[in-house]
Amino acid sequence: MNFAFSDEQEQLRDAVRKFLEAKSPSAEVRRLMETTEGYDEAVWKQMAQELGLQSLHLPEAHGGQGFTFVELGIVLEEMGRVLLCAPYFSTVALAANAIMNAGSDEQQGAFLPGIAAGETIAALAFTEPNGKWDASGITMEAQGNGDSYTLDGTKMFVIDGHVANQIVVVARLSGTNGEDGISFFSVDGDASGLTRTPLATMDQTRKQARLDLSGVAATPLGDPGSGWAALSKTLDQAAVCLSNEMVGGAQKVLEMSVDYAKVRVQFGRPIGSFQAIKHKCADMLLEVESAKSAAYYASWAAAEDNEELPVVASLAKAYCSDAYFHAAAENIQIHGGIGFTWEHDAHLYFKRAKSSEILLGDATYHRELLAQRIGI
Amino acid sequence: MDFTDTPEEAAFRDEVRTWLGEHLVGEFAEIGGRGGPADETSWDARVEWERILGRDRWVGLSWPEEYGGRAANFAEQVIFNEEYAKANAPARVSFFGEQLFAPTLIAYGTEEQKRRFLPKIQSIEEFWCQGYSEPNAGSDLSNIQTRAVLDGDEWVINGQKVWTTLAHRAQWCFVITRTDPDAPAHKGISYMLVPMDQPGVTVRPLRQMTGTAEFNEVFFDDASTAKDMVLGEVNDGWKVAMATLGFERGTAFLSQQLAFQGELAELIEVAHKNSATDEATIRQRLAQAYIGVQIMKYNGMRMLTSLKKGALGPEASIGKLYWSTWHRDLGELAMDVLGPESQIVVGEPGDDYALNELQRTFMFSRSETIYAGASEIQRNIIGERVLGLPREPKIESAPKEKT
Repeated sequence: MNFAFSDEQEQLRDAVRKFLEAKSPSAEVRRLMETTEGYDEAVWKQMAQELGLQSLHLPEAHGGQGFTFVELGIVLEEMGRVLLCAPYFSTVALAANAIMNAGSDEQQGAFLPGIAAGETIAALAFTEPNGKWDASGITMEAQGNGDSYTLDGTKMFVIDGHVANQIVVVARLSGTNGEDGISFFSVDGDASGLTRTPLATMDQTRKQARLDLSGVAATPLGDPGSGWAALSKTLDQAAVCLSNEMVGGAQKVLEMSVDYAKVRVQFGRPIGSFQAIKHKCADMLLEVESAKSAAYYASWAAAEDNEELPVVASLAKAYCSDAYFHAAAENIQIHGGIGFTWEHDAHLYFKRAKSSEILLGDATYHRELLAQRIGI
Repeated sequence: MDFTDTPEEAAFRDEVRTWLGEHLVGEFAEIGGRGGPADETSWDARVEWERILGRDRWVGLSWPEEYGGRAANFAEQVIFNEEYAKANAPARVSFFGEQLFAPTLIAYGTEEQKRRFLPKIQSIEEFWCQGYSEPNAGSDLSNIQTRAVLDGDEWVINGQKVWTTLAHRAQWCFVITRTDPDAPAHKGISYMLVPMDQPGVTVRPLRQMTGTAEFNEVFFDDASTAKDMVLGEVNDGWKVAMATLGFERGTAFLSQQLAFQGELAELIEVAHKNSATDEATIRQRLAQAYIGVQIMKYNGMRMLTSLKKGALGPEASIGKLYWSTWHRDLGELAMDVLGPESQIVVGEPGDDYALNELQRTFMFSRSETIYAGASEIQRNIIGERVLGLPREPKIESAPKEKT
């Protein structure tokens, strides 16, 4: 039994942290969050070419490095820590995993090398205006047969859908319900009949788009109609990835709170010497450390691709969502008035915490999912 | 990162499993694993069982081999506890001796002291109790006023201890006493080993809200112990006392996680039976409890891994705060799962106040967020010693009462 990162994994963390500290300081986050695209093209290329981040856990046969979800989790944690503005989660944690889970080897060979090289930005379009995260939320129907399908309808809340060159769309065969008939399709970002509308987002560091599809030509990924298992797995893997990203943000706001509590003086003493503040920080530490344990363990389960994954994915998503939001909210409270200003970064983390909590289903949703998965 | 057994660990697990399979039979198998270190259910049979454990060196697992232990590392201790819990083997009786006092003794005792006490802890011939808290020294433990004065070859001890678990079963007590009343609070304390069977020691049971009396008051009226029965240096006992507390807050909780997991599984079964699982809020809380107990395990494993690299420090407080809060919440959830049934105690009016296991968890868990350092003290430790937040300014304390 060994619950620690290896020296190589720690070196990866160090390298990513150094890179992100240089490329994604607060000023850069604030610049990019005001843009419609929401990322820096040059940094995106450097991520791929200098650090190989997009190719990290992709198979070596398709241009990847063959690392696991543990390494991917480390990278996402570091990105969450600095609120990196880039279509990484959408491309790697959502779309690439969907392609690996749903697509044939040939299809993986067609799509993954572009992602690995940083040339493709990809998105996973599965949610719709109904805002549901389960199979019942997927109502878009696919018409066609063989390699030739068309899609009509609307996808909502699509992370980075407005900048993706390749969009993995989840739809269902007409006349199917629930988990039956779920299908994956690949659609070009500039496909005819596809209208992409960037949405103004509360969390400006993570962009979302609305996609209206009208007779859009779509290539099936895998066998149409039998995609639920692949989607369910993709969502579990994404929940694990997001949990790790949230842990990075949660650790950062804890540090912000503790640093401030040591230097901010009121009533002639640092506010951190008051138990009211000290105990808040202690509770935050307990929750952040627990969130790390859950997220890291979930990364391992995802890396092993073992039978524990569905349970620990929901477990981690539920716990990390609550822990991050609580920590981000307490961070504002501990900072007092300054924490409520636009100028201070506290609100950026607070907003990211909320958007991450909602994304892929909130804590309540995942607790219920967990209850079902453990037979309650 | 790897949660599977190494070949050595797998072999050890096999050895434990085989031994338990051969020995945990008959009346011992019927006792079951419920109850914590303070529980006296089936006491005599549990003592008999644990003597067999001790004979085959499963008591004192982590002690050095020269003192009869197996020098088991943390992973092996976890494996032993896992298999022990899976086998539903009897709750241990020697917690205070084996888990708290022995590691402290190994760290601070003289060779003679180790040779004198460790064998009898392992053979379950001598039980220990912990003489820390006093009526005026709870969270502020360094305010203890029990006095010890050297008179020739003996220490003469006067004072009162409270919350002394299983004092009525113990032959020995590790007591913190004030040996220099003029020194600052932390500086004049000594860690003494005191025999319980003497005229100067009176044990009085303290009936708790559970209706039972696992805790006691202990009165020392000119009680005595030999001059060399001090662990560490005279007046330097605070450090030793804190080491014991570290063991109590730290590794000891690891064995609890599996018991807690079992309690939750039983509660889920109850909830299925009475259809409480139809209610969305109960489902949410059961799932949350499951999340909590799993993370307790993950936290434990992370802590163990870091322990391989060094000693457990103030981080132990995180574990203590975590498990005690979780267990308290579970007790509250259990009452809500049971509904009105939770309010009925077995027996007739006028009978002994006999709680069932879930009711007992609900009640007893109120003590767990208090003993071994209340949750508020744990938060102070985490804040100050893990996060490095400033201490509260010292208030000039009132002069210590002199006896």
